[in-house]
Amino acid sequence: MIISGGSVVTEGGVVETDVRIEGGRIVEVGVALEGGERFEAAGCWVGPGFVDLHAHLREPGQEWKEDIRSGQEAAAAGGFTTVVAMPNTDPPIDSGHVADHVRRSDGVEVVPAGCLTLRREGGRLAHLDDLWESGVRVFTDDGDTVADAGLLRRAMEYLAQLGGMVAQHAEDPGLARGGHMHEGAVSSRLGITGLPAVAEEVIVARDLRLVEFTGCRYHVQHVSTAGTVELVRQAKGAGLPVSAEVAPHHLVFDHRSVESMDPVFKMYPPLRTPEDVAALRAALAEGIIDCVATDHAPHSAHEKDVPFEDAPRGVIGLETAASAVHAALDLPPQDFFDRMADAPRRLLGRDPHRVVAGAPADVVVFDPVAVWTATTFRSRSENSPWKGMEMRGAVRLTIAGGAVVFEGEQRD
Amino acid sequence: MKHLLSIDDVDADEIRSLLDLAEGFVEVLGRDVPKVPTLRGRTIALLFYENSTRTRLSFDRAAKALSADVLTFTTGGSSVSKGESLKDTALTLQAMGPDLMVVRHGAAGAPWRVAEWTGLPVVNAGDGAHQHPTQALLDVLTVRRHFGNVAGIRAAIVGDIRHSRVARSTAGALVALGASVTLVAPRTLLPVDLSGWGVSTADSLDEVLEDLDVVYLLRIQQERGGGDVFPSIAEYVGRFGLTRARAARLRPDAVVMHPGPMNRGVEIDPAVADGSRALVTQQVANGIAVRMAVLFRLLAGRVAP
Amino acid sequence: MDAEYVERAVRRIGHEIVERHAGADDVVLVGIHTRGVPLARRIAAAITSIEGTAVPVGELDIGLYRDDLSTRPTPRLARTHVPTDLAGRTAILVDDVLFTGRTIRAALDAVSDLGRPDRIELAVLVDRGHRQLPIRPDYVGKNLPTAPNQRVSVRVDAVDGEAGVWIEDE
Repeated sequence: MIISGGSVVTEGGVVETDVRIEGGRIVEVGVALEGGERFEAAGCWVGPGFVDLHAHLREPGQEWKEDIRSGQEAAAAGGFTTVVAMPNTDPPIDSGHVADHVRRSDGVEVVPAGCLTLRREGGRLAHLDDLWESGVRVFTDDGDTVADAGLLRRAMEYLAQLGGMVAQHAEDPGLARGGHMHEGAVSSRLGITGLPAVAEEVIVARDLRLVEFTGCRYHVQHVSTAGTVELVRQAKGAGLPVSAEVAPHHLVFDHRSVESMDPVFKMYPPLRTPEDVAALRAALAEGIIDCVATDHAPHSAHEKDVPFEDAPRGVIGLETAASAVHAALDLPPQDFFDRMADAPRRLLGRDPHRVVAGAPADVVVFDPVAVWTATTFRSRSENSPWKGMEMRGAVRLTIAGGAVVFEGEQRD
Repeated sequence: MKHLLSIDDVDADEIRSLLDLAEGFVEVLGRDVPKVPTLRGRTIALLFYENSTRTRLSFDRAAKALSADVLTFTTGGSSVSKGESLKDTALTLQAMGPDLMVVRHGAAGAPWRVAEWTGLPVVNAGDGAHQHPTQALLDVLTVRRHFGNVAGIRAAIVGDIRHSRVARSTAGALVALGASVTLVAPRTLLPVDLSGWGVSTADSLDEVLEDLDVVYLLRIQQERGGGDVFPSIAEYVGRFGLTRARAARLRPDAVVMHPGPMNRGVEIDPAVADGSRALVTQQVANGIAVRMAVLFRLLAGRVAP
Repeated sequence: MDAEYVERAVRRIGHEIVERHAGADDVVLVGIHTRGVPLARRIAAAITSIEGTAVPVGELDIGLYRDDLSTRPTPRLARTHVPTDLAGRTAILVDDVLFTGRTIRAALDAVSDLGRPDRIELAVLVDRGHRQLPIRPDYVGKNLPTAPNQRVSVRVDAVDGEAGVWIEDE
């Protein structure tokens, strides 16, 4: 097919040109291309497919919330061509054969992450070599923190030798105990036990010392506080192998949304203060935070339709991420694609995709001006804080491995 | 006014109007036949997820004094133990045709959810540590009846403020009506951020005791005395308990209030609890009148189904 | 009806009460809020000037007894208080305008909840007809035929600063 008239994001800049895709690869980039199916992309950005380093696809074990197939569809609708699946499944991805079950390369690529500890119990190392042999490169106990510094040190030393990346869900168990939302003025008014910012920051601060100590690559998952941003800034300034991600909901919503006590605003890390939101936006724009990662966390309607304190944590985000980030930051197209695609690809140890002849055909067409309403979702679950909201910017076409996996007119 | 969910949603004029209405019901409750036919034919559902005999009985009494019928659901040997969700329970109760639901639940926000799911008028009888608006109303009614006014009254609320819906609601109502409120508690039992509350704080009861008109004591939960938020009950009583010695230093016309049930010997000395300063029984009596006023306000003037 | 007419009607009602009850020893006047209350006081004053006896005056708010709550905005409750025991006495309900009779029906229920008078009678300043219930007054200031869509306003000094009866078209 030919993607015609779009603004292609290249290394040199943004160029209005056509793109021909054939046989799973980009074969030609140039003006006035002819022949084959045409997709009119005038006014749209054309760039590498987005990469999500953090999504919960719930398979195996909790398929009523989501499965890999529906997760791929949701990802495609969001412009993602590669998704890293978090290992807190049932059974968890703590050995090679579960990783093999989760991996997909047809359509949207699904890359399994592996656990750091066996059964995610925080007691002993998971089958790290076995996972490595299966191609796993990102290791995390996400959902929980590896709290035992001694064990984390061993995991870091082990993985440093292999070249893997430790990704940490930073939530100190003692400081976070009993908390359901950010600890601050709103939680004080609502009488809901809160999670202070320090619960995230003490873990990140501690871990960064261990990074210095072990030399292991380290990735801060779902950064939510200005304090964490400063820790990451200092660590990068000191040359440590540290990266960080931020979720779209932390760029848009703050703890005042929880005044409604609607569980659709309950997730970890919680929505924090407007000052934190501003710091996160600035950090992503600057590149201190490397990339966007959705932390897509589906829960079925009956699970979330309970009082706030009783609800499970998590919101979906694959389908709304690009629009949300675009509307919140209005990044120029090259930076937008860097944070959504290039940087996360690099963190996976791969070269960024360029829209040039010969490159793999993982391409997304994004209309920066289109307006749509998030009413229906391809995910099995609908626990989205954007539900019913007007979104600015829309994915029009997603091509993964040369196949069209999403086409925009299907959106409401 | 469709619901009564939070005292913060009721402005000062509306609070005063509810108190005036409650005064009328105090008169009704004083009659030989303390009953009026106002809500005859209406049904009030009590959805009580937390064990609370006192509040439930108070609402039950108030509903019956207005000649309404009462449908009661409490947990304990009920479908909840079979895993029925709050939503399903609320919808099942609604199918039995009540005109209004009174909801008490251990999780903040539950009454808001019930209002969304059922579309019925809802009265919050206590949600988590968040709000207990009828308690706030009966407390300010008690202060008003005793002192003649609420504006200018100096009150201290003492105890586990952080986990208390009574503290949040009653402080809110007192401040709205112009009283000055001081929260007295160890720092571990104060909310982390009091901006916008319009209250001050004190580190011990001795600091503020002699200038108070009202000492409002909260129950200290024995369960919390486990060394997590304060070292021991004895040490708590040392700084914050209303002992006989402290009660003697109060102004001659100062009063003592408590939402009940009291932990005699912990937050309050037994002699003080039974003494003439304590307005606890007035609070209970006023509670019925206040709840009648709320039920009347929400249901009178609504089209019967 | 102007202020003078109202005053004469009040005096006449006072006389009628005294005549029917051979004095006023067992009579309690119960005014129905809002304007029934000052009217009851004026009737009591009239009786006192005729007989020399003081007549107890009670006040009654029927807001909790209405059967039409669903069609009206929530009323404010005024004071309900009767200064004597009603047992063994005649309670005379006093209201400004008698129309459908629903207010009086509610007042009958309310008085029964306040005590057990031997007898209940009714005095009204104006009877404008259009009864919906079998209720009839014992003492009437004036019969005023009206159309159902007309409004009859009674104003009394104590409440309105002036006295008189007006008929207005809605």
